[in-house]
Amino acid sequence: MAEVVLSEVSKAFGPTQAVDAISMVVPDGAFVVLLGPTGAGKTTTLRLIAGLEAPDAGDILIGGRSVAGESPAARNVAMVFQQYSLYPHMTVRENLAFPLRSPILRTPEDEIRRKVAEVAEVLRIAHKLDNRATALSGGEMQRVSIGRALVREPEIHLMDEPLSSLDAKLRADLRVELKRIQAGLGATMLYVTHDQIEAMTMATHVGVLDAGRLVQLGSPREIYENPVSLYVAGRLGLPRINALPADLFAGAPAGAATIGLRPEHIAQGEGREARVARIEHLGDQTRLHLTLDGHEIVTLADAHTPLEPGDALAIQPRNALYFDVSGDRI
Amino acid sequence: MSAYSVTAPSRRQQWIAGVLVALYAVITLLPLLWIFTTGFKSPSDAIAYPPKLAFEPTLEGYVNLFTTQTRQTEAYLAENPPESWYEEMVHAKGMVIAGPSRFGERFLNSVIIGFGSTFLSVFLGTLAAYAFSRYRVPLKDDLLFFILSTRMMPPIAVAIPIFLMFRSLGLSDTHAGMILLYTAVNLSLSVWLLKGFMDEIPREYEEAALIDGYTRFQAFRKVVLPQAATGIAATAIFCLIFAWNEYAFAVLLTSGTAQTAPPFIPTIIGVGGQDWPAVAAGATLFLLPVMVFTILLRKHLLRGITFGAVRK
Repeated sequence: MAEVVLSEVSKAFGPTQAVDAISMVVPDGAFVVLLGPTGAGKTTTLRLIAGLEAPDAGDILIGGRSVAGESPAARNVAMVFQQYSLYPHMTVRENLAFPLRSPILRTPEDEIRRKVAEVAEVLRIAHKLDNRATALSGGEMQRVSIGRALVREPEIHLMDEPLSSLDAKLRADLRVELKRIQAGLGATMLYVTHDQIEAMTMATHVGVLDAGRLVQLGSPREIYENPVSLYVAGRLGLPRINALPADLFAGAPAGAATIGLRPEHIAQGEGREARVARIEHLGDQTRLHLTLDGHEIVTLADAHTPLEPGDALAIQPRNALYFDVSGDRI
Repeated sequence: MSAYSVTAPSRRQQWIAGVLVALYAVITLLPLLWIFTTGFKSPSDAIAYPPKLAFEPTLEGYVNLFTTQTRQTEAYLAENPPESWYEEMVHAKGMVIAGPSRFGERFLNSVIIGFGSTFLSVFLGTLAAYAFSRYRVPLKDDLLFFILSTRMMPPIAVAIPIFLMFRSLGLSDTHAGMILLYTAVNLSLSVWLLKGFMDEIPREYEEAALIDGYTRFQAFRKVVLPQAATGIAATAIFCLIFAWNEYAFAVLLTSGTAQTAPPFIPTIIGVGGQDWPAVAAGATLFLLPVMVFTILLRKHLLRGITFGAVRK
């Protein structure tokens, strides 16, 4: 396990600037989640660290050593791909042993057997070890993929949306498992996702990417409560933050163009009168869709709310976030 | 009543398909059956009209194929009684076996040249196809087109330049010359076919192997090659069939040392005309290696190309 440092790393594919002068530190033992929409440069960042792409500029240090020009094998990193890329011509056992048998590690056979059994136990795939990789379900395949990263002791684990192809229940199970394993091993992990629940529950640090640039890096709580821009604020929180004209409510600071309201920023019962448009019962939460001067606002209500569509509800902001014209936080 | 299905063929469709397949099989297998049975006929049965469906099988054709024979006097025949069943067969015609025929050598030449050029075509084709599929090769499309363009005219169109080239390079009637020639002809097919198969293999596998601690070449050998096995087998079969059956260049460029079986078999002359049973026997034996090779690799031909371990 080691600290990974990116300094001013850039990478362009033709006219597209995929990664734009990113500098960040992934501390030893940290679980860093990169958030951002498709095309923000998350996967490219991982591939640059893995050595599958060469940066146009900047340097990457793993454990204090510059790895520029080193092959992926020499960097000693593990990576789990978004698509479960198990070697289809091998059994589960052979897949798990493959990295251990590499010319770099050359692990003795009895140790391979021990480690594979150990990982299979942790990931609950021990009974499938002698199956062909192709005879597994999607969830099992992805667990083997993760297992292939865990049998080694790499400097850093790179995970590229490893859970995105799984169904909701399996995703929730594996999320918990993965966090437990990471904490147990004290592994350094850089994890790409656009699932904010994964980011909030697993990360020690969250990095938000926008068009190849790292806009904010901090703890999940910090990113949620103290976003530097409207863009970052929109990355976390369900329902999404409401972005409204700042003059909709009184009391906006000078220069504010947009007011950002999360459900907890909306006090119900007094203030301006909004109309209830729709009520969604999601089980764990009840969402209120309100309209105010033609703007739609989504907030939360009590599960057994007496409100019905067409009712009036007074609302006013409480500790809201304000942003200027360019979307920066005020 | 069985459940109605949109995709499964109905009874009637299955029946029609069955009849069509059987009909096709009869049409394609009939010449083979004809060659096979002719090999076991006596020379007179072989040319009988109307053709004899029932005949007394004999190995005369095979004996003639493998031996050279000379006519001898009654006295010589009486002095040297036959020592084996095949000598007896030859004696009955008033002849003796003078020695083995050249069929064995020619057959061996076919094996060396056919399999040699197949191996070389597939080996070079695999490497080239991998490079074209994975690396940024300058002028890639033009190069691929050039490779394909070598097949845009019948190879025999360049027979005379090749003949002259081979003569001045000392490649005429050599194994190496024929292997080179067939490899050159097969290579374009091999590169194009294999590039298609390589393109189908997701890059993720190699990237995973690179990160797992392997070099590019090791990843190619341990991850790409096993998955390209289907394509390699199919390509090898096509290459072998071409090299094995090639006739025109073999006639033109070989006469002795490196002559393959195809130009040799039709030249088997018996007593008083073409020895059809011997020709048929030679053709039957000549079919066997390709058949065995194809059957051995059939498993790979039938198996799917990708296995669905990567979501697309």
